[in-house]
Amino acid sequence: MAAAMPLALLVLLLLGRKGWCLAEPPRDSLREELVITPLPSGDVAATFQFRTRWDSELQREGGLSVLLKADRLFHTSYHSQAVHIRPVCRNARCTSISWELRQTLSVVFDAFITGQGKKDWSLFRMFSRTLTEPCPLASESRVYVDITNYNQDNETLEVNPPPTTTYQDVILGTRKIYAIYDLLDTAMINNSRNLNIQLKWKRPPENEAPPVPFLHAQRYVSGYGLQKGELSTLLYNTHPYRAFPVLLLDTVPWYLRLYVHTLTITSKGKENKPSYIHYQPAQDRLQPHLLEMLIQLPANSVTKVSIQFERALLKWTEYTPDPNHGFYVSPSVLSALVPSVVAAKPVDWEESPLFNSLFPVSDGSNYFVRLYTEPLLVNLPTPDFSMPYNVICLTCTVVAVCYGSFYNLLTRTFHIEEPRTGGLAKRLANLIRRARGVPPL
Amino acid sequence: MGLLSDPVRRRALARLVLRLNAPLWALPVAWLERTMRSVGLEVYTQSFSRKLPFPDETHERYMVSGTNVYGILRAPRAASTESLVLTVPCGSDSTNSQAVGLLLALAAHFRGQIYWAKDIIFLVTEHDLLGTEAWLEAYHDVNVTGMQSSPLQGRAGAIQAAVALELSSDVVTSLDVAVEGLNGQLPNLDLLNLFQTFCQKGGLLCTLQGKLQPQDWTSLDGPLQGLQTLLLMVLRQASGRPHGSHGLFLRYRVEALTLRGINSFRQYKYDLVAVGKALEGMFRKLNHLLERLHQSFFLYLLPALSRFVSIGLYMPAAGFLLLVLGLKALELWMQLHEAEVGLEEPGGAPGPSVPLPPSQGVGLASLVAPLLISQAMGLALYVLPVLGQHVATQYFPVAEAEAVVLTLLAIYAAGLALPHNTHRVVSTQAPDRGWMALKLVALIYLALQLGCIALTNFSLGFLLATTMVPAAALAKPHGPRTLYAALLVLTSPAATLLGSLFLWRELQEAPLSLAEGWQLFLAALAQGVLEHHTYGALLFPLLSLGLYPCWLLFWNVLFWK
Repeated sequence: MAAAMPLALLVLLLLGRKGWCLAEPPRDSLREELVITPLPSGDVAATFQFRTRWDSELQREGGLSVLLKADRLFHTSYHSQAVHIRPVCRNARCTSISWELRQTLSVVFDAFITGQGKKDWSLFRMFSRTLTEPCPLASESRVYVDITNYNQDNETLEVNPPPTTTYQDVILGTRKIYAIYDLLDTAMINNSRNLNIQLKWKRPPENEAPPVPFLHAQRYVSGYGLQKGELSTLLYNTHPYRAFPVLLLDTVPWYLRLYVHTLTITSKGKENKPSYIHYQPAQDRLQPHLLEMLIQLPANSVTKVSIQFERALLKWTEYTPDPNHGFYVSPSVLSALVPSVVAAKPVDWEESPLFNSLFPVSDGSNYFVRLYTEPLLVNLPTPDFSMPYNVICLTCTVVAVCYGSFYNLLTRTFHIEEPRTGGLAKRLANLIRRARGVPPL
Repeated sequence: MGLLSDPVRRRALARLVLRLNAPLWALPVAWLERTMRSVGLEVYTQSFSRKLPFPDETHERYMVSGTNVYGILRAPRAASTESLVLTVPCGSDSTNSQAVGLLLALAAHFRGQIYWAKDIIFLVTEHDLLGTEAWLEAYHDVNVTGMQSSPLQGRAGAIQAAVALELSSDVVTSLDVAVEGLNGQLPNLDLLNLFQTFCQKGGLLCTLQGKLQPQDWTSLDGPLQGLQTLLLMVLRQASGRPHGSHGLFLRYRVEALTLRGINSFRQYKYDLVAVGKALEGMFRKLNHLLERLHQSFFLYLLPALSRFVSIGLYMPAAGFLLLVLGLKALELWMQLHEAEVGLEEPGGAPGPSVPLPPSQGVGLASLVAPLLISQAMGLALYVLPVLGQHVATQYFPVAEAEAVVLTLLAIYAAGLALPHNTHRVVSTQAPDRGWMALKLVALIYLALQLGCIALTNFSLGFLLATTMVPAAALAKPHGPRTLYAALLVLTSPAATLLGSLFLWRELQEAPLSLAEGWQLFLAALAQGVLEHHTYGALLFPLLSLGLYPCWLLFWNVLFWK
């Protein structure tokens, strides 16, 4: 299944971890944010971001970092961490530079494991902690909850505690509404000394298939056996009326020898010629195949890109210690400007939340998406690695037994020896031998 | 927390099982989709359809169309590169409904665990093996048997292993395992050892070929029972049928087993929790695999669950049988060579010798006719029954399946009545040379065929070798002709099939009477032709295109005038 971008949003605020506390925090020194987005399948995506622009480090206590408990975070379906460092100008004329550090952690909680099958969630259930106080050094500490679906239909679910302010924006082509919980707002925390954001479904949702994004892709290997196969990529365009182009980049390792004359692209049963193809053939053991194509995906269609290959037999020292596991084929990368149904208005960067900067919108009606398909595992013809040992044993045995016998047969001669009546020495020796009781010479 | 230790889950399973006990004439696709989705799997369906070459009397189907439903449990934090399959083949009756209940309970239990490194596909197929073949072909995007199936939308990477489950009641007294697959392919022995380990751990009673494990190997009873189990396995492997949906997975190099729950008259019964625990253990072990199963044997024979005979021990037996053919061929070659030399001498003394090429050319030319005719009979046996079934039903009051079987038998018997030779062309000086040359060619042809068959499906090769080699070596026109003819008829491929059916039922302690045996034989013929067309089984083409013409050559040799 395609690694469709979770609708998780960004969050931001950075907080430097190691360091010593300053008596008076510099302005704009630390922002921390948590964005919670329920996904259509019932899973919940949570993204932490901590951003600081500083010339010295700060220490953090409290705030959002209390939610980062390792055992709950590793019960998730997906997590990713990132660190971004960049220089920023301190003033408009850029006479001095400070460094901005941004740490991001994105996790997707599995509704079944955390929620025991129900789609309700709460901060305590996800993190086994609630928010008690903001970090005293943070200039901004907020939690954003995606309540786009909720506002339209207040009957189905409720968010607890009810939000005081909301924020609207166009993210990834759809208009979204966020409820804001500001930890620095004294009214928020004073009510109950802890903030446990909860979501309850009033009416249980029907068990239907979750909605699909406009662009998703799937990749698999067709065929069976260890000689040949076919790499197939399925590109789905589920937009009802807009067609858009997609740039497909494939890097296939050299031991899958692609037959480029078998490259076929079909959409809706008819052949689809790509507007641009760049192919760089592989060189054995030096570089992989590189195939890049610009394909126009018709509206509401499935496009199948397939190419046949042959599996190469590697030299026996090139096999890994576990050759029967298989060899990996990297995911193919799809880049596209996916049309959205909402036209955006120009955004003021300083006023808006930090997560906006992660999704630059070039044109109000499109948004850029980069998808990765799943990696593949292919088996190459594997020799029997015990054969060198077997051959050595067998050859040595054969050589030892047969050659030895042949050599004896060919070179052994028999001589008749006349018994010699020896001289004095022999008679003396016989005397001693008779005394010992040993037969004479 | 073990499987079903939660009483809520046990009640849910009991409810599922009761609900599925109602007769199902079609797979409840929508209900299965909803249930699998509520358990937390990604659910997809696949529809397929197929028109069989002639109506299948055993399963009562002709134009088959159905839907497979499968749910994928995605492993958390894994990249969906490998997967395991638990499949339950459902027929048109509800004989496998308990297995569907167990599959759903296992899916619910597995979904809550975090230790899965491979995806697990829970597959419920309709029309048992036809649905499984349709799913496998669509998964690997190939078209081997002419099935029309819709493309799959959900995949989970390369399949590492599969387990097929067949349960007909909710309590079992023993678990039977089937390993023989299509065309005699076998899964890796490690998978059987895995099953055996969990049988012992769970204290389950496990059987092989329906027979219990012999406890006492020192007296005569143990080895005798082992021999019976071994013969049963040889007969099943030789038939080349997929004995369960695991047999179809083996072609795609996916190691697979079928587990059958048997409910017989025993006092101690196990409920589904015990079976589920064994399955859970097997799947957790398969989850730990880093490589595909390849360490143990792929070619073996099983006298018991815990013992096996490796190929190094049993292959020399087939080798010696084929050596008989080789030596006989060598003897004939020497005789032919002497006959040539003898032929030359009378002509060589007075003047220039009679040139050899014409007489040898005549010898070869006389061979071509019997070869072509017997091969043509084999081709007719392969092609005509299915092609001519409609013509036959027009003129005779029989159903299509009966027409196919009767045409098969008719062409087979017609071959017996056609000893064709061109003896008049051969010179009268050496009347023996004709049949000797033909027998030489037939012996080499038979040895080559049996050698190739023994390499791919040892049981079939060995069985045919034990019956055909003595008769083939003995066949000659001189001597007691009726005795040799009877021997040759008794060892023809069709008679071997009939005899092995009787032997198989005898070993299973359910002996057949003659009439029943004949009915079973006719049904086996029809199934053989059908399975060739639906799954690609090779027994029918091998026997009709390969061994029957060869046997006809020996029949020609016997009736050489």
